[in-house]
Amino acid sequence: MQQTRAVEFGTGLFVFMGVVALFFLTTRVTSFDSYSGDEGYTLTARFDHVGTLKLRAPISVAGVTVGRVTDIQFDDDRLEAVVTMRIASEYDQLPNDSDASILTAGILGGQYIGLGPGGSPDFFEDGDEIEFTQSALVLEQLISTYLFSQAEKSEKE
Amino acid sequence: MRRLFTEIVYTLRGYLETFGSSMLFLLRILAACPYALKRPGLIIKQVYSTGVLSLVIIILSGFFVGLVLALQGHNTLSRFGAAETLGAVAALALVRELGPVVTALLFAGRAGTALASEIGLMRATDQLSGMEMMAVDPVKRVVAPRFLGAVIAMPLLAVIFSAMGIFGAWLEGVIIVGVDEGQFWAQMQAQVELHEDVMSGVYKSIVFGFAVALLSVFEGYNSIPTAEGVGRATTRTVVESSLAVLVLNFILTAWLIGEV
Repeated sequence: MQQTRAVEFGTGLFVFMGVVALFFLTTRVTSFDSYSGDEGYTLTARFDHVGTLKLRAPISVAGVTVGRVTDIQFDDDRLEAVVTMRIASEYDQLPNDSDASILTAGILGGQYIGLGPGGSPDFFEDGDEIEFTQSALVLEQLISTYLFSQAEKSEKE
Repeated sequence: MRRLFTEIVYTLRGYLETFGSSMLFLLRILAACPYALKRPGLIIKQVYSTGVLSLVIIILSGFFVGLVLALQGHNTLSRFGAAETLGAVAALALVRELGPVVTALLFAGRAGTALASEIGLMRATDQLSGMEMMAVDPVKRVVAPRFLGAVIAMPLLAVIFSAMGIFGAWLEGVIIVGVDEGQFWAQMQAQVELHEDVMSGVYKSIVFGFAVALLSVFEGYNSIPTAEGVGRATTRTVVESSLAVLVLNFILTAWLIGEV
């Protein structure tokens, strides 16, 4: 009897430790509070070039994550990329003339969409399209622009 | 040349036969599971002997793997000036790969061998035929509870291993090497995703638990009833389980990454 009690106690303690470890992994190691993109309203934006923007990339306003990219499609009529994003419903007061640009976090960081607030008194609603957009910077294009301008300069001289 | 070819064919056929009979054995165990579930006392005893008795080796290994991960990670990352990402690197490596895989390998060595030799000895000492004589099905009474016990214990051990590893990495990285504590946790929380990283490790450990448990009870149950046969069954358990875990790990990783 005594031995059975010890076995049951040991097993209970073991299962308890497992649950505590899982709890630690889910709460302390991952961030629970950051927005996951499940609820809220959707906006779309058209870009000439999305760079390496990925699904679930963050949407940020003033550096704060307010939403996630949920879909990236290519529109073969207008030859543009259409990015669908979901914004958390608590941020429902974004002016509807805000602009969206694709930015890079750090030098090696992933790309995200930054929203620059506009001055309109009206707010974005579900399904709206962001009119003012700025595409991702492509390093090769930047370098070639720079090289061409240098070449022109040296030709003039 | 011709002889070599026939030998290869025979060996392959042998492998396929073993695989097939282990799958049939799995079906027999699954059919016997309802019986075992009605006697939770038997399962609890097996969770104790496979899980609780493996705790010490799992906790110590996890802790030292975490320590060395932080040391190596810090050494490499500081060359790129990215020592602050140590927490993320250590946590991702642990929850995605090292936790499930190393736990499964240790589990095969600690608990799998114990299961195989125990059941093998029962066969060698005619305890299993004795049960059959008394109209007790040994698969229901002996094999199924051990299988279920190991299947339950393995995922729990894997999360304990990962948690201990992260504790070890924190101790080495923050306390000894001196990475900023806030950065350590913040980078970890920013990079580790619940579904993609933590849960993929848990799914892996569940599959590994099934594989190791099945191979151990299968080898033990089908061992040759001699002292040498039991020894060989124990060896085969470790070899086959380790190989199965590593191969399954590759397949599961490819599948889980491809799904995202």
